[in-house]
Amino acid sequence: MTDKMLSLEPSANRLSDLIRKPWLWAYIAAALTFAATSLVAGSAAGSLLYAALTFASFSAIVGIGQMLVITMGPGNVDLSIPASMTLAATLALKFMDTQTELILPGFLIAIGVGMGCGILNFALILMLRIPPIIATLAASFLYQSLAIWSNRGLRIKPPEPLAEFATGGTLGVPNVALVGIALAVFAYVLLEKAIAGRWISAIGQNLRAARLSGVPVNIVRFAVYVNSAVCAALAGFLLASFSGGANLNMGTEYMLMSIAVVVIGGSSIGGGNSNVPGIWGAALFMFLIVSMLNSYGLGAGIRLILTGLVIVCVVALASRKGYNT
Amino acid sequence: MTAERMRLLLPVLSLAVLLGAVFYLQPRAMSYFGLNLLFNLAIPVALATIAQMMIIMVNDIDLSIGAFVSFCACVTATFVHDTPLIGYSILLLAILGYAALGALIQLRGLPAIVVTLGMSFVWGGLAVLILPSPGGASPEWLKALMVFKTPLVPIAVIVPLIIAFVVHVLIKRSWVGVVLQGLGGNERAMERAGWSVVQLRAGAYGLAGLFGVLAGMCLVGLTTAADANIALRYTLLSIAGVILGGGEFVGGRISPFGAVIGALTLTLAASFLSFLRLSPDWQIGAQGAILILVLAVRLLFVRKGVTA
Repeated sequence: MTDKMLSLEPSANRLSDLIRKPWLWAYIAAALTFAATSLVAGSAAGSLLYAALTFASFSAIVGIGQMLVITMGPGNVDLSIPASMTLAATLALKFMDTQTELILPGFLIAIGVGMGCGILNFALILMLRIPPIIATLAASFLYQSLAIWSNRGLRIKPPEPLAEFATGGTLGVPNVALVGIALAVFAYVLLEKAIAGRWISAIGQNLRAARLSGVPVNIVRFAVYVNSAVCAALAGFLLASFSGGANLNMGTEYMLMSIAVVVIGGSSIGGGNSNVPGIWGAALFMFLIVSMLNSYGLGAGIRLILTGLVIVCVVALASRKGYNT
Repeated sequence: MTAERMRLLLPVLSLAVLLGAVFYLQPRAMSYFGLNLLFNLAIPVALATIAQMMIIMVNDIDLSIGAFVSFCACVTATFVHDTPLIGYSILLLAILGYAALGALIQLRGLPAIVVTLGMSFVWGGLAVLILPSPGGASPEWLKALMVFKTPLVPIAVIVPLIIAFVVHVLIKRSWVGVVLQGLGGNERAMERAGWSVVQLRAGAYGLAGLFGVLAGMCLVGLTTAADANIALRYTLLSIAGVILGGGEFVGGRISPFGAVIGALTLTLAASFLSFLRLSPDWQIGAQGAILILVLAVRLLFVRKGVTA
């Protein structure tokens, strides 16, 4: 608590302030893994960076949605992200059916599916008064079934221009990364400059106090859960367009990823304090560490173990003692 | 009726309703053999649910229990079968690892969800290392134990009830359970009363590890082989089982009998859905829907309990 109050006051010492910025560590870790990987990979550093930016953007997009949810305090987690991604991508690609003129409606369908998932998630949380973890997990089963039912194992290609957009780049930066960065800037402005962002943090710091001081708690929570699902839908739409079609387990790894980038990025897992720049640093780090382990020729088992240990260690090191569960 | 009995009423009722529905759809299930088939996988699910209950008892949630049970199953199907001494030592170390995790979570004030989510990758990776492709074999005694024919009521029904009774005695009738529930109820009070909260949380996690190991071993005894993904769905099943059984996420309010009955209900739900000839596409969704339904009914119960 004292930490939070202190950080609101203008700091006298800029340098020590910078070092204390938790997001910095995510970037340092990303840079170190980048160096370690490109040493092995040799001259391919440029393409490594390009790939890292591309893949990190999917994690960053879902991470931004998850971050706002986690900021609202203990117990708030969206576990339906993988299922929402898959459902949105499956339905949108099925609707577009590789036809170029249907790209815009297809995109709107993906976003609409995301909104639907978010609304259902929050309806369960509010009406059944069940913890968000269970509500989103139970709802994700419904989404998963819907996706299986509508997909039927078919892999429909995205329309040509959409695939070109998702795999292409502008001025050397992948298009999907531009989308991810734009979203991050938007989230940053929302959290730091807009009243809505203050409301989200206030709810996370003290729900009761926020409610008593007139924050429209349920409207904010509703918006945040819908936003998380929409981010997931957007990421799913882009990922499916990028990888040449939706498949049923395309979202699986984003369950851990969305939470990991939030935690490694320096947001408080206890809520009330979020960190947008850290999301991108952590997303880059998470991709680079896997590609580093790959380039050292390690098998799937070792890779899984190390990925898990990295998360546990980062969480253990980053925790400020005195955090209350 | 005490509050504790009241809490058990809903899980018992939902099990009874589901069982009635299954018997209505398939009268032949109403036999020794039928019951054995219906509850075939209930023993490992019940043990995993008890493991999850230990964690929920101290206000945490374990997202790694499915991966951990898979890992234990892989160890059982390989090391325990081939070189028992090494095998049991690995399982013992795994339990100690779980306890250490609990201590770490308490010491550094970590969010259990994130730590266990990370650990699920560690256990999954270890399982892949031990058993890259499905295989292995069950130790003979385990196989024999799992197909043992008890008189009148099949073993798949008896053993979960025995488990529930043993855990009930441990958690509800001994000092161990009282202090552990105390940790979930009011951590600071336990600390002021002179208990080491680090040791307590380590103890709760250690117990969870123990039951996770037992779940993995029983699973191998039933399936006679293992693979690295064998029990991944147990993570959700176990959380749902505890909650169905009247447990709550905070406050150390849990019920061993409720948890086991919750696990039986979920096992039965899977059989029920296949009796309904539901398209496999909808099986997962229907399980989610059943979960939501029971939670909705529970809400009505709780409201009644408050007003009454």
